[in-house]
Amino acid sequence: MQVPAPFDYERATSVDHVLTLLAERPGDARIVAGGHSLLPMMKLRLAQPEMLIDINDLTDLDYIRVDGDEIAIGAMTRHAGLLSSALLGEHYRIFRDAERVIADPIVRNRGTIGGSLCQADPSEDLSAVASALRATVVIQSATGRRTVDARDFHQGPYETAVGDAEMLVEVRVPIRPGAGSAYEKVERRAGDWAVASAGAFVQLDGDTIKDVGLGLTAVGAPHFTCVEAEEALRGQAASAENVAAAAQLCHDACQPQADQRGPEDYKRHLARELSRRVLTTSIARARGEQS
Amino acid sequence: MTTTDTPGTTADVPRARTAEAAGAPEAPLSAAGNPIGFGRMLRKEDARFLRGQGKYVDDVQLPGMLHGAVLRSPHAHARIVSIDTSAAEAHPKVRAVITGAVLETLNLAWMPTLSGDVQSVLCTDKVRFQGQEVAFVVADDHYSARDALELIDVEYAPLPAVVDARKALDPDAPLIRDDLEGRTDNKIYDWEAGDAAACDDVFSRADVVVTQDMVYPRVHPAPMETCGSVAHMDPVSGKLTIWTTTQAPHAHRTLYAIVAGLPEHKIQVISPDIGGGFGNKVGIYPGYVCSIVGSILTGKPVKWVEDRSENLMSTSFARDYHMHGEIAATREGKILGLRVNVLADHGAFNGVAQPTKYPAGFFHIFTGSYDYAAAHCNVTAVYSNKAPGGVAYACSFRITEAVYLVERMVDCLADELSMDPAALRMQNLLQPEQFPYTTPTGWEYDSGNYPAALTEAMRIAGYDELRAEQAALRADPDSTSMMGIGLSFFTEGVGAGPRKHMDILGLGMADGCDLRVHPTGKAVLRLSVQSQGQGHETTFAQIVAQELGIPPEDIEVVHGDTDNTPFGLGTYGSRSTPVSGAAAAVAARRVKDKSRIIAAASLECSPDDLEWDHGRWHVKGDPNQAKTIAEIAMLAHGTLELPDGMEGHLDAQVVYDPPELTYPFGAYISVVDVDKGTGAVKVRRFIAVDDCGPRINPMIVEGQVHGGLADGIGMALMEVIAFEEDGNNVGGSFLNYLLPTSMECPSYELGQTVTPSPHHPLGVKGVGESATVGSPAAIVNAVLDALQIRHADMPLTPAAVWRAQQGNPIRTDLAIV
Amino acid sequence: MQVTMTVNGNEVTEDIEPRLLLVHFVRDVLGLTGTHWGCDTSNCGACVLWLDDVPVKSCTTLAVMASGRSVRTVEDLAQGGVLDPVQEGFMQEHGLQCGFCTPGMLMTARWLLDHDADPDENTIREAIAGNVCRCTGYENIVRSIRWAAAHADGAEQQAAPATDEVTA
Repeated sequence: MQVPAPFDYERATSVDHVLTLLAERPGDARIVAGGHSLLPMMKLRLAQPEMLIDINDLTDLDYIRVDGDEIAIGAMTRHAGLLSSALLGEHYRIFRDAERVIADPIVRNRGTIGGSLCQADPSEDLSAVASALRATVVIQSATGRRTVDARDFHQGPYETAVGDAEMLVEVRVPIRPGAGSAYEKVERRAGDWAVASAGAFVQLDGDTIKDVGLGLTAVGAPHFTCVEAEEALRGQAASAENVAAAAQLCHDACQPQADQRGPEDYKRHLARELSRRVLTTSIARARGEQS
Repeated sequence: MTTTDTPGTTADVPRARTAEAAGAPEAPLSAAGNPIGFGRMLRKEDARFLRGQGKYVDDVQLPGMLHGAVLRSPHAHARIVSIDTSAAEAHPKVRAVITGAVLETLNLAWMPTLSGDVQSVLCTDKVRFQGQEVAFVVADDHYSARDALELIDVEYAPLPAVVDARKALDPDAPLIRDDLEGRTDNKIYDWEAGDAAACDDVFSRADVVVTQDMVYPRVHPAPMETCGSVAHMDPVSGKLTIWTTTQAPHAHRTLYAIVAGLPEHKIQVISPDIGGGFGNKVGIYPGYVCSIVGSILTGKPVKWVEDRSENLMSTSFARDYHMHGEIAATREGKILGLRVNVLADHGAFNGVAQPTKYPAGFFHIFTGSYDYAAAHCNVTAVYSNKAPGGVAYACSFRITEAVYLVERMVDCLADELSMDPAALRMQNLLQPEQFPYTTPTGWEYDSGNYPAALTEAMRIAGYDELRAEQAALRADPDSTSMMGIGLSFFTEGVGAGPRKHMDILGLGMADGCDLRVHPTGKAVLRLSVQSQGQGHETTFAQIVAQELGIPPEDIEVVHGDTDNTPFGLGTYGSRSTPVSGAAAAVAARRVKDKSRIIAAASLECSPDDLEWDHGRWHVKGDPNQAKTIAEIAMLAHGTLELPDGMEGHLDAQVVYDPPELTYPFGAYISVVDVDKGTGAVKVRRFIAVDDCGPRINPMIVEGQVHGGLADGIGMALMEVIAFEEDGNNVGGSFLNYLLPTSMECPSYELGQTVTPSPHHPLGVKGVGESATVGSPAAIVNAVLDALQIRHADMPLTPAAVWRAQQGNPIRTDLAIV
Repeated sequence: MQVTMTVNGNEVTEDIEPRLLLVHFVRDVLGLTGTHWGCDTSNCGACVLWLDDVPVKSCTTLAVMASGRSVRTVEDLAQGGVLDPVQEGFMQEHGLQCGFCTPGMLMTARWLLDHDADPDENTIREAIAGNVCRCTGYENIVRSIRWAAAHADGAEQQAAPATDEVTA
């Protein structure tokens, strides 16, 4: 069996403790939550941090709650918690749709929203969800908290806005009354990373699209989204034709790379097909036509 | 249910004692509630597995045991310029670092393969595939051994690699095996079967000829337990004990004697519980040899267990057959001829495990289940810069490839003729009266009623209703999915030998069995075959129970330990029941014959006056004058005066040399739904009608079929090991080598027909690989039926399906670019 | 570093390297070899055990992460020599062949039934999607878990066959 190289281990007792440890070992320390992305990379010795800071004791970061006009999700919230949350289910079906197809139930017991976003895999599903919902990410450092738009959070494959001495502590999603949302993924097999995925929310004003968000993963979409498609839909009729036109913009804007999950043209096709589907479902849900 | 009894050539072929065999009585039950003979019986081995008390190789812990790890090449083809092991040797917990240079001094740098080639144990000249073994570290613990691998500095000079089999024979292709004297190209062999001239004649006169290229891509058995070994060379006694993942412990012992020059009587191979094999654990891998050498050099036991990537990248793969098929027929759909040219990619060393006479295994059974005027195949095997191996993954010695070819070709013909593929098959299946049937390539099928099996599968499926549903869906412009119905009919040949025709490295494929009934009437059966999950401890006890009337819970089955079992070739090619099952039955019958004489001596009558009744002999007409098998066992070990020439005790030893192969068959139908927009395939139903003769334990037989059907789903839809141009393996972990989960598998619908083999003492045929052999074609045929496309290669991932729809199919044996 | 945790109800304290994987801790340090491993990448589920009453993949969990917590492995399922209904179900419905995935599968199944006493086929299939079995094709595993659900009180365990009874 593959095994990681040696490292020091500290179990953090608080966010401040994490930040102190990070400051003591700049560049050498990595935070570990679920560990299901980081540890395989360490076993392959592709990652060799000199210190791991275990934040699994920070259970006060495991929450999903309404905070003003937003839903606040703590960084230590597990995938299983996102899947089973009645609050999220009430406001954003996109979470349930996505979580049902993220990894497998056992991995979902361990993996966290913070870990998933910070891993910043270009095929990560929650990154597309966060981007679709135009969520914000709260990052804490010794000097305080700052908030970053989810769409600015990822700065490239496996790179995020979180600095060496910082920690992601919360994800915030604006509450949009009446919004419908959906997520759809094509995978080669249950539990696989996405060949391509799309997520969306739609808010209607009568038959007009009042607001819309799109998220795309694994297709090389800048910032996990397609703003051209969003702009094309906003203020327009929620019609099949408009949705199809927007989906075509997703197809045109993404820059997928071929891998064993599929060639470039297929992924581009999926960007269109899946964005069309999630927009259609989101509209139907906003209208109350579909559960 | 259909039952077809073919008259046996052996006088006392018993009728199946399963509820399914029409008219046959069910076996009586023991006090513990188990059938004393054939029938559903819960497995004896489950007791330990359910409690986490199975004993697999990695569970072996010995005092003072050291741990080994293999350094592997990152390159597919590269000359080794230098290896510096000094830093690794300086690691405080490292006890030995072994390289090819060290092995050369022991004459162990190369070892024979199962096909008469040689394979590098640790590289001395150049690496020939990514993942090839370069060095072996022995350390105090597993973690230190892995750490030390990082400290070995190897300088490589990369060479161009051959990864596309179709380019292996190009004049400018890099020469892979420059180690072999006089070799100038990458060809391993050309081999043919059938009558080429007769085939040409048939094809020239046929109304219709359909040709199709297809690839059965490289896949991997990927048992859940990887391969490994714990070797202990006792420096005092000179005895080598090796606990190892092997399906063939006796063959391994002999090969270790040959490879390492060790005396065979001083080698004990123990194959403990095996976490799945599927052919992956037939061959000998360099890691096993290194663990032995490590133990010799350190004087301590050395454990080596590969990780998953090592398993996928270096141990025995399967398939990698590039096939060009041609089928000839009349306009009315009478099939006349079949021919095929195969390009077989064997990897860097020819390590396939198959009988010497048959370099392409049993591929020339490719005519399948149909009648022809002529058939011919040519197989050209080539080296490439990929891992060696070849016959693995429940393939019945390449019958998987053969069945896939013919069942695809029949569907291509149906498409060409605009005929229903079921009707075309029914029209051309061999008929019951044609058995025993000799194929155009020389196989003699023992027994079969093929139309009955296909009829039964179509009945379970509701075939006509499915076609009507499909027509309605196709007529609906708003439908978002496509529905496909796929058929496959397979005939397998299993149970190799006979020994005069079949061997592995000169070892004839016969198997021994040793049955001893102890004084109190409890029995121990010792077998040469080794279970990897097939439930031998239960099934073989049932065979003896059937013959002797001893409750199966009173029969202990011993296997997997060469010091405690008779010689034999092991478990692969579905051969355990056809070969060792027969051995067990014959041994039990010899014991029974002897017990009759002893009973007669005791009852003071002639053996001819005795009658057998469920475990006891009684005087004809007087059931009270009787001796049970337990009483007879005590008498045999006691003081009773035995007839002249008869020795005491109640034992028998048998070496069973099968007179012929047995030929299980079956009809499979799958129903799939394909998402029009994404190409994603969902297997909605799978109907499998299997005929493996009488079923010793129907529960276990059904379990074997279930597992094989999942294999078929895996191969048809997701499993593949593909390579980038430089030889980089992109299927080297479970992130990319995808095994089917519970979500891809439907609830299977099984049926059966029962056609006993006329030459097997129990009439049974073997079933371990049937569903793996038969199912891939049914799924592929269903997907292509949905798409209304002539052909696309496995695995039919969503991307592959979509690309096939675009008329721009993916080449699945190469990495997607 | 020193770790202390409860394993199958017993408190254990050991001095280990921080990098030691939990699967190696239970197997090699504690000798509880019922928990297996089949991959390195959290894809197969052979290594599933419970950490604080939740099934996790122990090949990608550090033993130090379990310090101060409780671990439950397959060895703890049978109590007082009596099989858990889920173990009994796997025997009755032939839910195992080679037995290698079985411990992980049992731990996942037991947790499912603790949270859903009467799961239907689809629920079961979703719950075991992270546990790969190469032998059974899952059909009999689904039936085994259904059997366990139908025999939750263990009342019908007298149907158990006479087999080689192994005592812990």
